[in-house]
Amino acid sequence: MHNEYFILPFKIGVAYLAIIVALRFIKWTMGLSKIDKIRIWKSILTNKSLISIREAFFEGLLHRKIFRINPVLGYMHMSLAFGWFLLIVVGHIETIVHTRSILFPFHMPIFFRYFVTDKSDVYISGVFSFTMDLLLLFVLSGVGLAYLKRLRSRFFGMRKTTNLKSGDKIALISLWLIFPLRFLAESFSAGICNNGNFLTQPAGNFFSSFLPLDNLTYPVWWAYSLSLGFFFIALPNSRYMHIPAEIFFIFLRNFGIRLKKRCNTYSLVQVYSCSRCGICLDTCQLNHADIKTTQSVYVLKSIRNKNLTDETLFNCLLCGRCQQVCPVGIELNDLRITQRIESTLQYNSSYDYLKKGEIQKADVIYFAGCMTHLTPAIIKSMKGIFTYAGINYWFMDEDKAPCCGRPLMQAGQFDAAQKLILNNQQLITLSGAKQLVVSCPICYKVFKEDYVLHDVEVKHHSEYLLELVEKNIIKSVKIPESIIYHDPCELGRGSGIYEQPRELLRKYVDIISIKDEKENSYCCGGSLANIKIQMQERDKIRNKALNEYMKYRPDFLVTSCPLCKKTFSKGSNILVYDIAEIVAKSIKTGKERVKTLKHAQEALYQTELI
Amino acid sequence: MINMDKFGFFIQETRTIDFDQFDGRLLKYVLDHEPSFHACLSCGGCTATCSAGNLIEFNVRKMNLLIRRGETEGLENEINKCMLCGKCILVCPRGINIRNVIMLIKKGILIFGTEKKLRPDLTYNYYA
Repeated sequence: MHNEYFILPFKIGVAYLAIIVALRFIKWTMGLSKIDKIRIWKSILTNKSLISIREAFFEGLLHRKIFRINPVLGYMHMSLAFGWFLLIVVGHIETIVHTRSILFPFHMPIFFRYFVTDKSDVYISGVFSFTMDLLLLFVLSGVGLAYLKRLRSRFFGMRKTTNLKSGDKIALISLWLIFPLRFLAESFSAGICNNGNFLTQPAGNFFSSFLPLDNLTYPVWWAYSLSLGFFFIALPNSRYMHIPAEIFFIFLRNFGIRLKKRCNTYSLVQVYSCSRCGICLDTCQLNHADIKTTQSVYVLKSIRNKNLTDETLFNCLLCGRCQQVCPVGIELNDLRITQRIESTLQYNSSYDYLKKGEIQKADVIYFAGCMTHLTPAIIKSMKGIFTYAGINYWFMDEDKAPCCGRPLMQAGQFDAAQKLILNNQQLITLSGAKQLVVSCPICYKVFKEDYVLHDVEVKHHSEYLLELVEKNIIKSVKIPESIIYHDPCELGRGSGIYEQPRELLRKYVDIISIKDEKENSYCCGGSLANIKIQMQERDKIRNKALNEYMKYRPDFLVTSCPLCKKTFSKGSNILVYDIAEIVAKSIKTGKERVKTLKHAQEALYQTELI
Repeated sequence: MINMDKFGFFIQETRTIDFDQFDGRLLKYVLDHEPSFHACLSCGGCTATCSAGNLIEFNVRKMNLLIRRGETEGLENEINKCMLCGKCILVCPRGINIRNVIMLIKKGILIFGTEKKLRPDLTYNYYA
């Protein structure tokens, strides 16, 4: 019998890992704001913890979300995580059954086949060794897929896989070696002592036919232990830190902790939770413009390595497609915005020149937004609809008005944006209006999220028009055309408004349903959030999206964002309309008109609004 | 004796730009990081559409001229009027990423200071 020194690397690795992870958890918790700490304290003994455990099980071990996106990739992650987890659990049960006590050295289940060499007469041991072999095969299949993924990521339907740094490589190689070495070690032991099952026993017999197993078994167990030790020691400084961090993140998220405008340790927890699976790489539309170094995974990596440059940080459309597919649920957009806020803190604007503008009393305020002023057709349509419906409205930015503040917010100029927001907020509140109708999703998002408008209901014009049609104030006339509705990023993924525009459009036209719509819809490429992108690159992104749309042969494109309309109409021969234009056009052509509003209609014709 | 001041003549401050004293670091910084700025033909489209220019005297085209002449004095106050709304990039016939130019000038002023408060202590690393 050899001595047992070979378990030392494993023991050292586990001890080191436990200390480092515990220290990080403590540091992260300490860094949270006081209110967040109270939140943790108050929720830790409620069912929120149970929900978190459940979520950690489904996401951290079974990887349900990855399964939904890519089944092969999901299987790979599941076989590694869940398989390993089961190996540990079953290994422990096996040891308990064998030793008939729960007091055994904690390395015992890991190196069980080395210590227990006799094929025990306990009946159940055969079942255990069978289960353990099955699980080992399960994990090995995942490892095999991981090898394959590194060699040919296309096999997984992934065009790209993430680049690694040296710490990651050590961890990756040791992780890849753990299970093949375990297989070899158990097989060699089985070859000598016949304690294997359907997988390890035949392999052991096979190896014993040409290898001197007596001399090799001990070194292989050493190698197995070393690979475990290396993995555990490399883990905190590699991407595999995501395993403990993700669990921590799930708990914090369920306790109701949210991202702030400034960085704190919660943003750091999210950064560490990134497993660099690379799913966000494939979904990013910047690929179409050959921008390949600024995707979310690389930003998170750079934040961790403290080498984030402006070129990386600001070259992002903030379209939210990556956030939609992120299996960990990291708030990639907001995380990027907080980084931008941090990086531009030293240069903000004051906008002292803003004077209190003229205020008009009205029931409804219409805020077109800067972008809408470049697409006068939308303004004209909205004006026409307002007049037709006989609504007492105030066109807030008809002549002069500051920007809504969203583009500044996206650029990280938080303090500057706050100045504009305060200014506009005052104007809106003082006008006494009950509704604020916005034509631009970019404005809509900031009005919804960052303005404090207690009594004023903020509505995007697609929501507002739907309301008018449903109240029968304007009648809809269906035309026999089929269209594709393009979801603007800020309205769809940004504010969760997918159905209202579609419902409204269904009253006028037929909507072709396409593969990449709603949550997975494309960005037009015009997004203001990207400060660094060149016009030519924007064009490439737009053309790619347009090509996808053209495959369905729509009569025309409809969107509800002036910027999307502007971007798309520059790029193709297909007509691009705003949803308001469709409604306004129907008023003009419609045969059924509301009679009581006839005078309004005449007024419209006189002013040539429609 | 005729008072020439009241007559409509007065001595103007010199408008000479001394190219030996030319502080081109800010310009170089902007051009290095946003090469599309080379293509500006000073058409003034950006200024015509500007949301901030609609509210107050703010001239993006003039910013361009000032920075190219190295007249960075007063640039800081001017550039801060921009609201980054993005109309200018949509109308620019040369497809210049004007918003990035503005952000770079803002950052550049922070790095190099302006004419009045030159910071020679800072050597500029172009790729920082």
